[in-house]
Amino acid sequence: MQKNSKLAIVIAGVVAIALVAFFVTRSGSDSATDTSKASGNLEIFTWWASGGEAAGLEGMTTEFTTQNPDLTFVNASVAGAAGVNAKGVLVSRMEAGNPPDTFQAHAGEELSSYVKAGQLEDLTELYKAEGWDKVFPADLIKTITVDGKIYSVPVNIHRSNVLWWNPAAAAKAGITKAPGSLDEMIADMEKFKKVGIDGIALAGQGDWAIAHLFDYVLLASMGSEKFNGLWKGGTPWDGPEVSKAIDYLTKILSYGNSSKSLDWPDAGKLVTSGKAGFFIMGDWASSQWQSEGLVLGTDYTWAPGPGTDGIYQWLSDSFTLPVGAPNRAAGLAWLKVCGSLAGQDAFNPKKGSISVRTDSDPSKFDAYLQAAMESWKVDTLVGSTVHGVNYGNAGMAALNSAVGKFYIGGAKDKAGFVTGLVAAYAADKA
Amino acid sequence: MAVKGSVKVEVKGSKTPKQSSRKRIQSPWGGFLFVLPSIIAMAIFVYGMIGWTLKFSFSNRTNAWNKDNSWAGLKNYTGLLEDPEFTHAFSNLVKFTLVFMIGTLISGLIMALLLEKGIKGEGLFRSIYLYPMAISFIAMGTSWRWLMDSAQGEKATGLNLILNKVGLSSLENSWYTSEKGSMYAMALPAIWQMSGYVMALFLAGFRGIPDDLREAARVDGASEFKIYRHILFPQLSPTFLTVLIILGHISMKVFDLIYGISGKGYVTKVLAIYMWQVIFDFQNYAKGAAIAVVILILIAVVVIPYLIYVNKTEEANK
Repeated sequence: MQKNSKLAIVIAGVVAIALVAFFVTRSGSDSATDTSKASGNLEIFTWWASGGEAAGLEGMTTEFTTQNPDLTFVNASVAGAAGVNAKGVLVSRMEAGNPPDTFQAHAGEELSSYVKAGQLEDLTELYKAEGWDKVFPADLIKTITVDGKIYSVPVNIHRSNVLWWNPAAAAKAGITKAPGSLDEMIADMEKFKKVGIDGIALAGQGDWAIAHLFDYVLLASMGSEKFNGLWKGGTPWDGPEVSKAIDYLTKILSYGNSSKSLDWPDAGKLVTSGKAGFFIMGDWASSQWQSEGLVLGTDYTWAPGPGTDGIYQWLSDSFTLPVGAPNRAAGLAWLKVCGSLAGQDAFNPKKGSISVRTDSDPSKFDAYLQAAMESWKVDTLVGSTVHGVNYGNAGMAALNSAVGKFYIGGAKDKAGFVTGLVAAYAADKA
Repeated sequence: MAVKGSVKVEVKGSKTPKQSSRKRIQSPWGGFLFVLPSIIAMAIFVYGMIGWTLKFSFSNRTNAWNKDNSWAGLKNYTGLLEDPEFTHAFSNLVKFTLVFMIGTLISGLIMALLLEKGIKGEGLFRSIYLYPMAISFIAMGTSWRWLMDSAQGEKATGLNLILNKVGLSSLENSWYTSEKGSMYAMALPAIWQMSGYVMALFLAGFRGIPDDLREAARVDGASEFKIYRHILFPQLSPTFLTVLIILGHISMKVFDLIYGISGKGYVTKVLAIYMWQVIFDFQNYAKGAAIAVVILILIAVVVIPYLIYVNKTEEANK
């Protein structure tokens, strides 16, 4: 009998605690963006697993755990450059209704399939509450807004239209200053060729880096307005502008290294070791080279992609809040760190990118990044296609394929290339 | 997905000759209970999934956001025929399969013939030839990517450098990055990896033939060539068939080797890579499922006649 009553007391106690906990958590979720009561695990899905990316993530994680001591950070990381493997796993989990609390994705159209599937929460309120609508550049906000709603928080900005070269190799070829246009660049590549250096480093593995080069050539040959029209339908893919860009690309490819199977770090080594002249690659090349012990200014140097000075072709890693996130408050708490000045300035110097926020502290960044920060505030902003801003996944994959086919075929089948590009546009809008 | 099924089928098929002592099990139900768990698992995870994939392949779920599972008929399949990317991947696969199967068969057989003679250090050679099997496709793909670098002349590395150094520079080529020859080059690492395994199978086959037969033939005055041609090879035909089936289905599912070497690159795209891309990049689930079904059918065309043959010989042996 006594035993029973003890048991009853225990049960009553448990029930009481459960009830209290229930009401506490309920009241906690009354406000859509309140994270003060967040506890438990934050499961984050990212493909930052090595090098500067991992170091940057760690910086931001430290900031996160300081602000949210009750939350445990769980990294469901899947390694793989540009997230090719991560995307596969993520798609399966989203499809199975088992989302993480937050996941990494390139800002822009790459998110469109999740948005259309109703798998992401609208974060416009969060932007207003945190004041991000004032500190993020207006052009960027415009690009990531879909039907008046914003679905992701960008953490960093990379620039994709950057020309890299090796000063020693340039001196050998008699090149004293950065080329200012595509034509000047081709003339300089000819100079490199004369002294036995490949004019440009090409990374053929997996097609995307060649597509990256083409993306830049499109921008440089037609200017930002027509370039933007390519993705929205204003500039036809079978028109004279694209035709001219393809001619430029053909010319540039003819100066490339003969190995068609390099990945981008290997192609980059051709430049830093003086075997190739120019390299069109995003500014993550700089942090890669610094991790190899090379010094900006002496071992390698940079300029805006020839013909695109004053245009900042950007891409951005961002985080989202999936609908049905197991720990929504934790996801929100993470997003707040992502958008905060402390979070962005902890992450970006290590990752080798600049902060999205225009009030970021330049003294924490190296000389290249400081210059990029200046440009970020004044330049015209256009998105990078190969890194998710202008096309969704289907369009990107089709564009990469078309470029790969053209490149492997020795850049001869121009008509087939145009057909492929038109098909990629159709695939994106399908 | 659907592809998984064929693995099981192949494993079942390869256990042919053993006629287990079925007298020991008294009640047929006892035996049934023992295999029940695997029957249930197979029913759900192999055949259930195949059915699920089939259902998807006839539906309208062509993107991530419409949840439209309505019947689409053969639309997804006819769409494949008009898709240049699919036909490209298909022809790549056919080329790869032909070169891979013939190459592996020949090199495996030659190695088996050499070792079959009972040379010194046979065990060592066997391990050396079998060793590539132990390497993961991705690790192998990465090293073969470096080996098959397409730079030539002064800048050559890998295989081209070797050819260059031994004075065969006319044989230097762009390997898997050439437009026409990509899949022939891609078959090289696969041949390298699998021929040791084929050798082991043939060696086992040779060892299974009693020595009496050879000696009898020798006594009758048959030449060594004739012994192989008329005595040993006919006895090996079940092994041949098994090897063909194993190589065939490996080849049609090939994914990781190619992904390790050239990623999702256009030039070496095969059906499995394209399927993966369609499902996870395009998020066109219906089309991806249709490609999966095509791969399944291709494998079934090879494996099912083999299973029928095996069943028949088993019946005949009873």
